[in-house]
Amino acid sequence: MGTAVIEGTTPRLSTHRRPWHVLAALGGNYVFRRIGKAIFTIFFVSTLTFFLVRLLPGNPVEVFIQQQVGQYGFSYEDAANQARSLYAIDTTKPLPLQYVDYLSHVARGDLGQSVLSPGVPVTRIIRAYLPWTIFSVGTGLLLAFTFGIGFGMLMAYRRGSVLDNALSAVGSILHSIPNYLFAIMLVVFLGVRLKWLPVTKMRGALSSGQHVDWSLAFFRDAFFHASLPIATYMLTGIGAWMLLMKSSTLAALDEDYVTVARARGLSNRRIAVAYVGRTAILPLFAQLTIAVGFVVGGSFLVEPIFVYQGIGYILYRSIQQRDYPLMQGIFLMITISVVVANLLADLLYSRLDPRIRSAG
Amino acid sequence: MAQMATTPDTVPASVVARPTTSRGAATLRLLLHNKVGAAGFAIFLFFVLLAIFGPLIVSGDTTTNLTQIYQAPSSRHIFGTDYEGRDVLVQIVRGGRSIMIVGALAALLSTAIAVTFGALSAFIGGWLDSLILTVADVVLTIPYIILLGVLAAFIKLSSPILLAFIIAAVSWPTLLRAVRAQVLSLKEREYIEAARMLDLGTPYIIFREVIPNMMSYIVINFVIAMTSAIYGQIILYFLGLVPLAGDNWGLMINLAYTRGALFFRNSLWYILSPILAISLLQLSLVMISRSLEEIFNPRLREG
Repeated sequence: MGTAVIEGTTPRLSTHRRPWHVLAALGGNYVFRRIGKAIFTIFFVSTLTFFLVRLLPGNPVEVFIQQQVGQYGFSYEDAANQARSLYAIDTTKPLPLQYVDYLSHVARGDLGQSVLSPGVPVTRIIRAYLPWTIFSVGTGLLLAFTFGIGFGMLMAYRRGSVLDNALSAVGSILHSIPNYLFAIMLVVFLGVRLKWLPVTKMRGALSSGQHVDWSLAFFRDAFFHASLPIATYMLTGIGAWMLLMKSSTLAALDEDYVTVARARGLSNRRIAVAYVGRTAILPLFAQLTIAVGFVVGGSFLVEPIFVYQGIGYILYRSIQQRDYPLMQGIFLMITISVVVANLLADLLYSRLDPRIRSAG
Repeated sequence: MAQMATTPDTVPASVVARPTTSRGAATLRLLLHNKVGAAGFAIFLFFVLLAIFGPLIVSGDTTTNLTQIYQAPSSRHIFGTDYEGRDVLVQIVRGGRSIMIVGALAALLSTAIAVTFGALSAFIGGWLDSLILTVADVVLTIPYIILLGVLAAFIKLSSPILLAFIIAAVSWPTLLRAVRAQVLSLKEREYIEAARMLDLGTPYIIFREVIPNMMSYIVINFVIAMTSAIYGQIILYFLGLVPLAGDNWGLMINLAYTRGALFFRNSLWYILSPILAISLLQLSLVMISRSLEEIFNPRLREG
């Protein structure tokens, strides 16, 4: 982007410039470009869901109306009215207007109603279940990242040792097992064969009767129920971080400034933290943004296996029962959370590594 | 040109003259010289042969037999029986074929999309490049599994080809970005410059000059795409979004989960055998792609 260079030399925009200059300067600004892309992604996904719900041959809205008219003898207007409250799409209007309407509904947070529990807005269901997924996925991802970085650096410092080889093997194996198969194995072995864990008691997001408050009992209960999903996200995620951090650290160890730091007689600990670690960790932050989406996607398969009641479990159930408005709303909501998480991670990354802002 | 550098000096000049066939044979020879590659290839070949000839050798009926549900492994049922009393081994032998066919088809489609558009994007540049890259980024941002699941829930997957299409439709962006980066670097080479000077036309340069020279790269990515296409299928089976009929490893996992086989005493082999079969097949593909990378990219060998 050529404008990035200009932006760097003239940081202040004077107001008497013509509007397209302002736009061009904004386009060159990394933060604005990144936010623009996030908004475009959300717009793209909303359009995709509209296409799936309304335009595809045999789409659920059409099928729903036909069913209401054909099987239950409703008039077309009544059926269309019902469809409108369920899908937030008014079929009596021309198609382009339906699309604009739909987008404005989405922007206002109206995602229609669940078909199977009529009268319950999709947003209320999402608000009730999404926090549990963010909690378990976030904890699992953070643990995997932290431990992965620790082990990765250890492996790089002990390159070629027995420890390095053992950890490399463990990392590769954990990395290659998909999380849902790992989850099935956890239930089969820890829960059913060895009976170490009461897997049926661990179902749900909280024990019945436990209130959401700031008490110790609540936190203990929340972690008890989330422990298996968290363990799954952590153990299936840690391998990739270990291997990435190892190669990243090895590259950093070869840098001249590390040799210079050694020659200056700095303590090994200081070199490891301030010189090697700081550089080696940077590329991993970029990977973190991809991992967020991956792990959130994984919750869609992992949560049903443990019957952990987060948004992934609800999405699984809505697909099983073909509850299209709920499915579409959750899809949109999950994408928005991932887009926002990505945006935050990217902005943080560009703070940490200023080279990014002018490059991509 | 990485593959040229690693080809042994003894390779006759004809390799250069007839690139596609003999280069493929040379690659295979190099793969078999690599320990990991040979092992991976052997396992993969085993699964291919199993899919083709297995059903002829291991016969046995898989009709419901309610007197024999959840049998432990025995001489009659080597891997035991499932929730309907059907033999697990027979299902495993028959269950790989469709998975491999759909996996290869989906990988072929997504590789074709990624290579065509990735090369165009890098070669033409400008607004087309920005557009293609933005769309790829957007698709990449949406969680793969969820996009796949939701798409499959709305579109009725009536045929295996449609299944392959859906998987390809969500899995091309990673490969596209990789291809684009590769073409961007190839574009600066002298022989491409020469072709441009001769005014050979963009399609000619892309398909006759650029793509043949990154064939090794494309093959590696095809193998990787196949592993992700196989996982994609298993996910769709697990979600019950594919018509639940026939013998298939993904279907076995789905039924083991939905029928609660996880909680039965003698069902361990029934649950583990499809998981092991899939993992082993995937492992063989990963081994092949890793060793191909090592062969084509000598810098990796030291690490």
